[in-house]
Amino acid sequence: MASTDTTPKDPGDLAGLEAGLDALETVQTTRKPLRHTLTQKVLPPVVAVALVLAVWQSLITFKIVDDPTKLPAPADVWGVLEKAWLQGELLGYIWTSVSRGLLGFCLALLIATPLGLLLARVKLIRAAIGPILSGLQSLPSVAWVPPAVIWLGLNNQMMYAVILLGAVPSIANGLLSGVDQVPPLFQRAGRTLGATGIKGTWHITLPAALPGYVAGLKQGWAFSWRSLMAAEIIASFPDLGVGLGQLLENGRNASDMAMVFEAILLILTVGIAIDLLIFSPLERRVLRTRGLLVKS
Amino acid sequence: MATTLAKAADGTQSATHAARIEHVSKSFAGPAGQQLVLDDISLDVAPGEFVTLLGASGCGKSTLLNLVAGLDRPTAGAVTTDGRPALMFQEHALFPWLTAGKNIELALKLRGTPKNERRERAEQLLELVRLGGAHGKRVHELSGGMRQRVALARALAQESRLLLMDEPFAALDAITRDVLHDELTRIWRETGLSVLFVTHNVREAVRLAQRVVLLSSRPGRIARQWTVDIPHPRRIEDTAVAELSVEITEQLRGEIRRHGQH
Repeated sequence: MASTDTTPKDPGDLAGLEAGLDALETVQTTRKPLRHTLTQKVLPPVVAVALVLAVWQSLITFKIVDDPTKLPAPADVWGVLEKAWLQGELLGYIWTSVSRGLLGFCLALLIATPLGLLLARVKLIRAAIGPILSGLQSLPSVAWVPPAVIWLGLNNQMMYAVILLGAVPSIANGLLSGVDQVPPLFQRAGRTLGATGIKGTWHITLPAALPGYVAGLKQGWAFSWRSLMAAEIIASFPDLGVGLGQLLENGRNASDMAMVFEAILLILTVGIAIDLLIFSPLERRVLRTRGLLVKS
Repeated sequence: MATTLAKAADGTQSATHAARIEHVSKSFAGPAGQQLVLDDISLDVAPGEFVTLLGASGCGKSTLLNLVAGLDRPTAGAVTTDGRPALMFQEHALFPWLTAGKNIELALKLRGTPKNERRERAEQLLELVRLGGAHGKRVHELSGGMRQRVALARALAQESRLLLMDEPFAALDAITRDVLHDELTRIWRETGLSVLFVTHNVREAVRLAQRVVLLSSRPGRIARQWTVDIPHPRRIEDTAVAELSVEITEQLRGEIRRHGQH
């Protein structure tokens, strides 16, 4: 820099001033200690679940509901779960449903992403099928089970079809709203840097739309899981293997309320666990790197 | 860095102007039919020259800058520039999904800098705006002044001969703005860039520019130009800066008053 340096000889002054300003204006962010996370984030839901269990147990203990065919004791449900675990069947039920759900979700992702981009880019297509796609989101996915069974028969393809019909609209809509919310300033800045056409989509539009897209994925998973359970409950068939939905239906057929409760608890737990393990961390990561997640 | 900067300074011989604006008019469709925003503007920016465009609201100075940047087309007349100009906005417009350094590297990538040179070049540019070591910082971790300096480094990464600046310091506090004036002057003199700088702040215009162009409002026309030959380093509180500012402010107020008279 020496050869072209024609600045007046006060760089030390200016550099020092600037370093001071930077230090004063930069917000120091530190990660919260683990104890804080435990007491603020983990403890409240644990207490809430414990309270529900306590109420449930007291209904049994004080014989407010005294009919095991209507309300089984928590210990009975635990017993059914333990038995399924010891017989090595529990993980089988879970895996049957989770593998279907995740595979269906991945298929939905592959179809919905280009669809969402197409809707965002081509006005005519958006005008034509945009409203239908948003309308589909409010259609309960259980409505797709009868036609899917008639078209495809009682098999895994039918399950995937129901998942797709449930998840594709919400993922595509998420991506679409993500693209809609990209600030025009980013597009202008991108264009002055030379990011036009496909380069603009890749370097500017897609990363800028990521928060909306991830929200769509999260909702898409919830829809996939719900659709799958509807399909499994209605279309249970021995050859398909026993997933959580079939487990619920089997419990109903056997009038075994403990088994019904077992199935409901497992469906709920798996749905929450996938969200907590995959989608919530993904969403937090995306938002945090952008400074959009305000720590409280 | 000396080599790249020296090369940039040599590249000015080929062109006789960094930007040439010839009889440019621009009108937009408004509620009362076509509304003329810019009326027959002619202005040349010489290589290495620092020009500020000054005017009140509605003088179309940002519109003019968009025309020079190629983001919009004039209704009449022609704009020619020596290559694609770099543009800095009032908002930093840094991409929040990238770190400070990666923002600069994206600009380098889009202008075709080889992959293995990008990182080093980005570090050099951050050094130039005195933010060495900020490569891995996220945009939200930087202060307003630091963000504008990264934005300046990103604009410099384009290695354009012309830097367009649209009120880039208007949202900063007075102390930071003053420091960034010094920085911009230093970088302009080191790089030999041409700068077209839009502002509504008279003192800022006088402190920075070699030439101040005053635009009248509705429609925007060139009302008057001043050559500023106050030697650098200038300070915002210098008597010479203050005196010229008073003169220009008088003229600017005159332009604004005309709009209240009918």
